[in-house]
Amino acid sequence: MGVAIIKYNAGNIRSVDHALKRLGVNARITDDPEAIQSAEKVIFPGVGEAKTTMKYLKERGMDKLILGLKQPVLGICLGQQLMCSWSEESDTECIGIFDTEVKLFPDQGMKVPHMGWNRLDSVKGDLFDETLVGSYVYFVHSYYVPVCADTAAVTNYMLPFSSAMQKGNFYATQFHPEKSGDPGEKILSNFLKL
Amino acid sequence: MLAKRIIPCLDIRDGKTVKGINFENVVDVGDPVELGAKYAIDGADELVYLDITATHEGRKLFADLVLRISEHLNIPFTVGGGIDRVEDADILLSAGADKVSINSSVVRDPGLINRIARAFGNQFVVVAIDAQLKDGRWTVFVNGGRIATDKELFGWAKEAQERGAGEILFTSMNHDGTRNGYACEALKELSNQLSIPVIASGGAGEKEHFMEVFEQGCADAALAASIFHYNEIPIPELKEYLKKNNVIVR
Repeated sequence: MGVAIIKYNAGNIRSVDHALKRLGVNARITDDPEAIQSAEKVIFPGVGEAKTTMKYLKERGMDKLILGLKQPVLGICLGQQLMCSWSEESDTECIGIFDTEVKLFPDQGMKVPHMGWNRLDSVKGDLFDETLVGSYVYFVHSYYVPVCADTAAVTNYMLPFSSAMQKGNFYATQFHPEKSGDPGEKILSNFLKL
Repeated sequence: MLAKRIIPCLDIRDGKTVKGINFENVVDVGDPVELGAKYAIDGADELVYLDITATHEGRKLFADLVLRISEHLNIPFTVGGGIDRVEDADILLSAGADKVSINSSVVRDPGLINRIARAFGNQFVVVAIDAQLKDGRWTVFVNGGRIATDKELFGWAKEAQERGAGEILFTSMNHDGTRNGYACEALKELSNQLSIPVIASGGAGEKEHFMEVFEQGCADAALAASIFHYNEIPIPELKEYLKKNNVIVR
């Protein structure tokens, strides 16, 4: 029941929990498979490195667990990248929900990581409405998901990339909704209402 | 396009916000959580909280404060002050901090940058550098600008980047507290030499200074304290001004 935040070796899970509390939701931070499977909603947060995180998840069978979830699942930041099929970061095989690869931003003399507030240039799907086009949300990442069939929002940094994705019951954002002011709260609350 | 960031900085002593001039003469300017929440509503893009407490009790108060800040704030925040070990950073991360700012401790022990970056990621590590220009050389200082070191700004910033810093926060001691503008030349040079974002600090007094630091100084973010604490430049007014002058802000 309720919302489960998947606990694993990733940074700053606490801020996701705090953001949900501000929206009146008491989530459970857990790595218990049964608690995750029986939750109404699951959040898969993430800050960290792809290879070590995938290794951690695989050793505990959590990659298969996430892939098999039927309720709405929201991946955040590294969470979105790990839900893709493969990442250029340390040549890492990922969970494979979104059939696309994750790439490193090209070296074009611009700062990497892409860090700070950037715009949602276009949006679609259940987490967004048209009022969110042009809103600024907070990013910290060096790898990106190219625009593909599952793209739900597009942002531009050197090139257009997937700032959010959706496929069936799986949702993901490259930005941190928990740190993105009012637009972030709206997106989180849209997820909670699914 | 990525927006330029405006970052109010709050110095904390024994759980309260204080402001010093030229690293000295501190006065109390309000509750850190309330002040931070007000800045977030006003449109601040990020906040920096620096703990200037020297005592063990003060440190404990600060960790409790970080937890309260994280509960209330819906924008990112960085915390710094007295982070000497990976464990210190871990406590602040667990309390909900998005980044840590490390300064004197990594001048003494540069390997600490690598260790914190390895444990929590580069994005978590802001290396803060206080430096003073004298006879054409930017000398790095530690202990809140009190002790000169043999390090030089640009070399040290590059080393910090190579060791895993995610951002550099550069305070010009020549400009800090003067309100005559940021150290734009040195900032531009830093930005050219580094591939990670640069946060400018020290010297903000007028709205024009922010435009200069973004356009001439090529800074990714600008930090200021007193002009925001005393509401001399309200953040919404500053953002409006920057937008009118074609600086991309949120």
